[in-house]
Amino acid sequence: MSIIIHKNTKILVQGFTGKIGSFHAEEMIKYGSNVVGGVTPGKGGMTHLNLPVFNTVKEAVDKTGASTSILFVPPAFAADSAMEAADAGIKTCVAITDGIPSHDMVKIKRYMRRYPKDKKMGLVGPNCAGIISPGKSMLGIMPGHIYKEGKIGIVSRSGTLGYEAAQQLKDLKIGVSTSVGIGGDPINGSSFRDIIEKFENDDETIAVLMIGEIGGPQEVEAGQFAKENMSKPVIAYIAGLTAPKGRVMGHAGAIVSAYGESAIEKVELLKECGVTISKNPSVMGETVKKVLVENNLN
Amino acid sequence: MDIHEYQAKKILSDFGVKIPTGGIVYSPENAENKAREIGGSKWVVKAQVHSGARGKAGGIIICNSPLEVADATDKLLGKKLITNQTGPDGKIINRIYIEEATDIKHELYLGLVFDRSSESIMVVASTEGGMSVEEISKEKPETIIRSKIEVAVGIQQFQAREIAFGLGIESKLISRAANTIIGCYKAFSELDATMVEVNPLVVSQQDEILALDCKMSFDNNAMFRRDEIAELRDKTQENSNEVYASDRGMNYVSLDGNIGNIINGAGLAMASMDMIKLAGGEPANFLDVGGGATPEKIVKAFKLISLDTRVKVILVNIFAGINRCDWVAEGIVQALSKIEIKHPLVIRLAGTNVEKGNEILKKSNINYVEASTLEDAANKAVKALG
Repeated sequence: MSIIIHKNTKILVQGFTGKIGSFHAEEMIKYGSNVVGGVTPGKGGMTHLNLPVFNTVKEAVDKTGASTSILFVPPAFAADSAMEAADAGIKTCVAITDGIPSHDMVKIKRYMRRYPKDKKMGLVGPNCAGIISPGKSMLGIMPGHIYKEGKIGIVSRSGTLGYEAAQQLKDLKIGVSTSVGIGGDPINGSSFRDIIEKFENDDETIAVLMIGEIGGPQEVEAGQFAKENMSKPVIAYIAGLTAPKGRVMGHAGAIVSAYGESAIEKVELLKECGVTISKNPSVMGETVKKVLVENNLN
Repeated sequence: MDIHEYQAKKILSDFGVKIPTGGIVYSPENAENKAREIGGSKWVVKAQVHSGARGKAGGIIICNSPLEVADATDKLLGKKLITNQTGPDGKIINRIYIEEATDIKHELYLGLVFDRSSESIMVVASTEGGMSVEEISKEKPETIIRSKIEVAVGIQQFQAREIAFGLGIESKLISRAANTIIGCYKAFSELDATMVEVNPLVVSQQDEILALDCKMSFDNNAMFRRDEIAELRDKTQENSNEVYASDRGMNYVSLDGNIGNIINGAGLAMASMDMIKLAGGEPANFLDVGGGATPEKIVKAFKLISLDTRVKVILVNIFAGINRCDWVAEGIVQALSKIEIKHPLVIRLAGTNVEKGNEILKKSNINYVEASTLEDAANKAVKALG
């Protein structure tokens, strides 16, 4: 198995008819993802990329049975679209949009608390590369061909650094079960902990590579979860060793504002949790390989 | 985005927070008149720069006559104030705030931020006003009060009261203090702020609760709906290269080293900086041209890096996904035909069509060093420093 998305997962594209939505929807279809339609309010009834367009997510879910959506809606309208997806019964929504205000993210998270656990949508992102289960389905904007099918789970804030890791693994002939980009914003839908828990429960995944960076408590929270609850090895790399304190490094969430948020502090805290650290970004693949050998997992 | 003290005070006062009487001035003459207009016998002359710790750096002067106010203004205007937060270059003083002096009974600390763990708004308060929140948490952590506010319903009277009682405020002043806290919360939540800090918040001898100094920061991502806040931006307080970059949609942070970087993606950019450091070099900047790395963006990035006179070597590190290395390589060739780069150039391409990309670079007349991995790129950049 893989996590979150599988071969037949039915996918809707929110912001389907826009330039970016169209481009990536086509890439996803080419990869083999089961895209069943899209939503653009006001354009319902049209056909786009040979697929139906709906006015509302609710109607799209009714007609197509979609369980999953990917969101390319501009920042000003993205929060509204995410809440619409949650209300329509979408199980997983990946928000690609970069630039959603933090106050809106807090609002979305609060809104979703109204649903019982089994009906609550899982939001991934925003400001992320999306999710790929290699050979099965792609729900994102990544170059699909750099991911080899296999058994390593990847979870990363950064898009391009996640690609770097997938490429390094592929060069070492190591494959990926699922790779999840959780995005670079300070308040995001799914945390590192949320995703590594799914990897722990996935039969196919044998080890997890976590790619974090400066800012926020999520990497360390995931480390503590791993220490207490995980049987599978976790390997981590934390970017931003040289980042100055108090400055935002590209990602809105990449800012050191409290103890435990710098790269050095995160590395120390993760080591205490038994996580293996990739000492630099060039050896993420090698470090995974070493851990697999040590644990007789290869 | 940061704003000045006087701007933050105006905003908070619109939300019912009391502030001392004051006004902004741009000349010594202006300052003298303002002091007379405010009245009283003691004034505070405050340099308006985007930094805390202005007092220790000489940016805040207490005066006993309107003439002294004029002299102090004359002394500060046009100077650069160097505080422990501005870096060695300091920040230019173009505006002066004149305020009536306050007789202080107690100094308190009040701050509001997002709490990333609980995804709520956190009010942080302490009886130890005047110290930075970092100092307070190091030296007097027991004085810190934290209160999480549920954003859907906002702050409640009882929560504000609890904080006020926790700060040891006299019973008769509790509702005033609570209203101050509520005003700060409303300003935070209604204006897309990411930080409100009133330090110190004071109880005066006349039993008023006053915001004596305040700072506010706002979410850049929310500026599309905050015209009135976006107008408060003062670009003279920002690094000029950073202003150039942000005006053109690039993420750039100026650093102290001499290896210039052009990278796609914030995570990869941080990782490349780390590799440079591990290889024994120092990055001159953080620059994320965005996941797409279009030829237009690469041209802009080269222009930006060439503005930095400290740069001795330029490292380009692009992981091309859907946009393909051959396309990125053509962008680099195009960019370098438009601007002249005198420094050694190290280029590392990775991802889709990497062979084709490197082929295009080789066939061009660009003078560069090819690198294969992140580590290789960093080592070659450091070596090129000579």
